This record gives sequence, C-alpha cells and structure tokens, in this order.
Amino acid sequence: MPLKSHDVLALEEMDAEDIRLILDTADSLKEIMFRAIKKVPTLRGKTVVTLFYEPSTRTRTSFELAAKYMSADTVSISTTTSSIQKGETLRDTVRTLEAMGADLVVMRHPVSGSCHYLARCLDAPVINAGDGMHEHPTQGLLDLFTIRERKGRLEGLTVAIVGDILHSRVARSDIWGLLKMGARVRVAGPPTLLPPGLEDVGVRVCRTVEEALQDADVVQVLRIQRERQRGGYFPSVREYAKFFGVNAARLGLAKPDVLLMHPGPMNRGVEITSDIADGPRAVIREQVTNGVAVRMALLYLLLGGREE
Amino acid sequence: MSEARLLIRGGRVVDPSQELDAEMDVLINGDRIEAVGPNLEAKGAEVLEVKGLVVAPGFIDLHAHLRDPGQEWKEDIGSGSRAAAAGGYTTILCMPNTSPPLDEAARIAYVLRRAQDAAMVRVLPVGAISRGLEGQHLAEMGDMHCAGAVAFSDDGKPVADAGLMRRALEYATAWDTFIIAHAEEPALAAHGVMHEGAVSGRLGLRGIPAAAEAVMVARDLMLAEMTGGRLHLAHLSTRESVRWLEQYRSRGVAVTAEVTPHHLVLTDEEVARTGFDTNTKVNPPLRSPEHRECLRRALAEGIIDAVATDHAPHHPDDKDVEYDWAAFGVIGMETAFPVLYTHLVQAGILSLARLVEALTWGPARVLRRHLGSLRPGWPADVVVVDLKQERTVDPDAFYSKGRNCPFAGWELRGWPRYTISAGRLVFADGQIL
Repeated sequence: MPLKSHDVLALEEMDAEDIRLILDTADSLKEIMFRAIKKVPTLRGKTVVTLFYEPSTRTRTSFELAAKYMSADTVSISTTTSSIQKGETLRDTVRTLEAMGADLVVMRHPVSGSCHYLARCLDAPVINAGDGMHEHPTQGLLDLFTIRERKGRLEGLTVAIVGDILHSRVARSDIWGLLKMGARVRVAGPPTLLPPGLEDVGVRVCRTVEEALQDADVVQVLRIQRERQRGGYFPSVREYAKFFGVNAARLGLAKPDVLLMHPGPMNRGVEITSDIADGPRAVIREQVTNGVAVRMALLYLLLGGREE
Repeated sequence: MSEARLLIRGGRVVDPSQELDAEMDVLINGDRIEAVGPNLEAKGAEVLEVKGLVVAPGFIDLHAHLRDPGQEWKEDIGSGSRAAAAGGYTTILCMPNTSPPLDEAARIAYVLRRAQDAAMVRVLPVGAISRGLEGQHLAEMGDMHCAGAVAFSDDGKPVADAGLMRRALEYATAWDTFIIAHAEEPALAAHGVMHEGAVSGRLGLRGIPAAAEAVMVARDLMLAEMTGGRLHLAHLSTRESVRWLEQYRSRGVAVTAEVTPHHLVLTDEEVARTGFDTNTKVNPPLRSPEHRECLRRALAEGIIDAVATDHAPHHPDDKDVEYDWAAFGVIGMETAFPVLYTHLVQAGILSLARLVEALTWGPARVLRRHLGSLRPGWPADVVVVDLKQERTVDPDAFYSKGRNCPFAGWELRGWPRYTISAGRLVFADGQIL
C-alpha cells in the first residue's frame, strides 16, 4: 500500500491512515539499525539530497543515516557550502539538483511554507525537515512512534506540550499528529508564546504548567530559544525556568508511568532540569533512534523501494 | 467649433450620481457629456449600439502603484494606464512610493508629462507627505499641489510619527487638499506577513494583528478632528477600523475611506488553501471572515466610500520566492469589476448601483472633482460593461506588466466591453485601441 501523498510537507495534510502506514513501516525497518551489518540494498541507485538552509545536527544526520542504511546515495548542501550564498534562488537551486538526478529532496528552511513552494518547483518528492515555525513532520512522526512503541497506543492518551508553542514547528506537527491519532493534547507556556486558534483545532490551552501536567501520559518539553527573551516574549531565562520549566516536582503531577520527551537540543536547567532529563521517565534518546527508523520508512515509501 | 459626437445607444445607464438606472442613450460631444436621456436625437453622430449592456461613468481608482519612475520593469505609466482602461477605469491616482519618490514638484510634473504622452486615461499623482518618504520632514506639499498633486500620502509605509501626521493634516488645509493614510502601527505589524489569527497560528507565519491598523486609524481620526484636516483612509481591512470610522464620521469629521476588492472577496484562509501562494501576501493582510463581513456591510451601507484596487504590480522574481521574502501586493485594475460583480453583486451582497457608485461617484466625492458622473458638461468618461460575459482570469493576457493576481483561473462575469476616456474610445472588445 503506497502513501497517498507525493510529498511529506505537513502532518496537518496527512490522514490517520497514512500516519499509521508510516509508523508500521518504521516498526518493521527499525531492526535494521541493530543488525551487525546495518545496510539493506532497498534504495540502491537512488539519490537523496538534503538541503539545509538552517544549521542542524541531529535531523540532518538522522536523514543521512536513514538513507545510507537503505543504500541510497546522499548529497548534503548547506548554506555555508553552496551557491546559496551567492544569492541563487531556491527555485534555481533545486532545479539544478533535479537536473543532476536527485530522486528526493529533504529540506530545512527558515521560512514557513518553503517546502510547499519547493514541492511546486520540483517533480521529485520533497520531505520537510522543518520549515520556519510551520511544521516538522518527521519529528512529529518520530514522537508518535516513540509514544506508540512505549504505550502500545496513541488513542485516548493525554499529551502535554510545554514551552514556546508559537515559534515551534515541532509543536504544530505533534499537535496535528496526536489529534489525528486520537490523543488529547494540552499545551502550556508563557501566554506571549501561545499562538491564536489552538482551541479551534481541539487543543486544551492550560493556564499553568501544573494544570497541563496533571495526570498526563506524555510530556513533551520544547526547547526555549534565548533570542525569544531578546524579542521581549518573556523577561528573563531565570523567570522562564521558575514558572514554565519542567522539573521533578511538576513532573510528579503526571501519571507515574509518564513519558518525558524533548525534541532536542536541550537547555538543561531552563526548560528541563537535568535530574529528570537523565531520569527513568525520559525517552529522549529513544526519540533520536526512532527518528532514523521513521525517516527510513519515509524514504522507503516515497522512493517506492522494494523489499528484498 | 465642431467636435466629434458619439451616441452610446440603448444601454442600461447606471449613474448613481444622478440616481439613474434605466434604458437610455448617452451623447458625447468632444471630451464632454452632452446629454443623457431616452431616444436622443443626434444627427451625424457616430453610434455605438450597446443594447443589453450596462453604461456607467468611467471608474475611478483612488489607489494604484504605477512604479514609474524607477521600477519600469514592474509597470510604467503607459502600461498601468492600459491596464486601467481594460478594467473600465478612466481616472487613476498613482502613489508616490516610486524611485525616486514623488516628493517634489518636478517629479509630479514628470508624471503628468509622461501621462500626457503615454497614458490612455487620466492619471492624477499623489505627492509624498514626507521628504523621501522617510517620515521625518514635510515634503513641499504646496509646491506639489500647484504642480498637480491631488492628495498626499506616504503610502506603502505608515506615518509613524504622530507629530508629523498632525502637521501634514494641518498644513494640507491651506490648499484644501487631503491626506491619504496608510494606517499601520509598525511596532505591532513588525515582521508580520499575514493576518494574525487562527490561520497564521496554524501555518506558523508571523502575524499582523488587526489592531496594528485600528490603533493608527483611531490616532489619525483624532488628529483629523483636532486639526480640521481632510483624511482619507486607504485600504481598510478591519472591523475595528470601520467602527472608528463610523464613529468619527457621525461626529462630522472630514474623513473618507476605501476598501480593496481583495479584502472584500478573500480571507486569510486563502494563504492555507493555496499552500502559501505569495499572491496572497498583501499589506494590509487578507483578514479573517468576520472582518471581511464587516467591510462588505460598511461598503454596502456607504460607511466606506469607495473601492480602490491598491494595484501593486511586481515582477515575477519578486513573488516567485519563499513566503517571508516575497513582496507585498497584488494587481487589481483589470479584475476589479468582474471580481466584485461576480462575488458581491451576483451573490446578493451588494447592489449593482452601489458597486458602480463605489467605483465612480464615491471616489469622485473623495476627490471633490467633477468626475464620476454622466451629467451634461462633465468629462466624457464612460465604461460599458457586459454583465453576461463570462471569462476565466488569465494573468498572461493582462495589459499590466504585473502577473501577481490572486484571482488567476477564476471564472468571472461582468467584463468591461468599452472604455471611453475624455470622449475617446480607448478600449473595445478586449483590445486597447
């Protein structure tokens, strides 16, 4: 059964059936990562280009490893190493890549909507690796995968997302993915960092972090970027940590078997304290592992590889 | 003096300035209207048979960007005026945010001279409020007025300094001219690219809140009341702006206002529907449906005086980029009437007479000029519209150099058939003559 969509741009646009297909495929591909020889020939002869207009370590590495484990060739282009700095337009850049035979483009870009624009410019499939403040669908999928793997289900779970929702593409993808899979979503954070319209899509907006965490099954803590303080969204990092940071006392309000998640990289002592980040409830490292599996699944489904 | 006479025979004359809506003839003599009435005798006159078509005063656009001088690859006075004629417009105001800006008399004179040489329709330049559009010092408004500037605006940018706006409104009273306000509080609009609301929240695009406009509308209305200056509010987009306008107008403050076709027809949902199409990026931004409903009501009830296009041509290179980096603005003159006829008049939201009024007599009253009416002796500016003609919007067929049209591919009815500017037939059956 193939994916219905040609590209993976946003979980808002994906239905539960496709999400389930991706998670199931990731489930069956994950074991490749634990083999002695971590390589299958499935995508041999395919070329995956990662085009990053923003710095990234884990997402980019995760995509590259996923491609390599499936035997695809990978090329990475970043703002510091290509003609992007010479002022070439996105359209020209990707047309060049396509002309050289790229079969799939993974892009991260600082402007929301850029992957939609890219998909219009390109015949090859596009995977959004984060577009501005819009979506980060592969992160959303790996979060769903992690929760489902640990809890056995998504439906009926209560997930609290804490922090800077306004600027977070992870939050948007998580929210859509969770809602589509039947989970309940709560958010909490400084009111200046909560976007309008959350209630309209069925998210419960909590006034305090405590309210959001009460009896939660899963807590996803978002990275707070220090430049938001300079932007005037909150007065100080100290005050942020005091009122909106997740610590052991607050995590204690959630269910005893709560999963503590963070998309990384963490600001220890700001949005999350080290004791819980390294504690038994944290699944932050598993998220990273699962990210590779989910990206293998997407490459496989979009490039139409056949299992051997 | 014998001048050419033209009899426009048998059409449905809709002239809100005289409350006319009936089958009649219009007789033109030279560049003036000679008579309007049933079964006019006009021996020797050329005859244009328009039975079944609507005959109205030529449309007036209070708000167009012609990009001339300085950005002629986007538009120039000739191409902009051809777009106007094709859209049924016979008078257009061009905004001063050119390069260099229209901030001194010689540049106003340049526009008028270019218009004389190249324009199909009447082009009325708007002068800058501040030198260099920099919002610091008043430009030489008196000098520009004498050279032919009909109003003053820093449009494209707000006048952030309340003191400067106050002086501009005051100073303008010396020449009985008026100020066109682009109402936008920069600190609230900062870096926004679309309306702030549920859709911007979903799409992760930075928002421009409705209050960014309304607080400036309120400020400018207070300043207009205080100074007695005449204020015209450009491209209104929010419910709160309309409420402030209504309140100050009822107190007798000299204020008028316009609204664009795109704000009347589209909403912020269009950004999502089109997958971040940059032709949905305009300033002020497309608002949410409740704002649009309020604008429609305000136009229908006459609280808003005029429809103006804010025709803002851009080169495809300025739009064929990522959303944040795309230029603001859409073109509008060639689609204004069919867009509004199809989506407001045929939808039962606005009467045909009120739409015509908002394109003719409404803006003429803002200008306080003898325009926008088929009264005998007034300029022979006439448009003939075929309400039944249906056509798909094809930007490649536009006379404007701009292709940045948010209505591409839309099926619309009510296309202009003939445009007569100062007695001269300048557009007929899809062709500029």
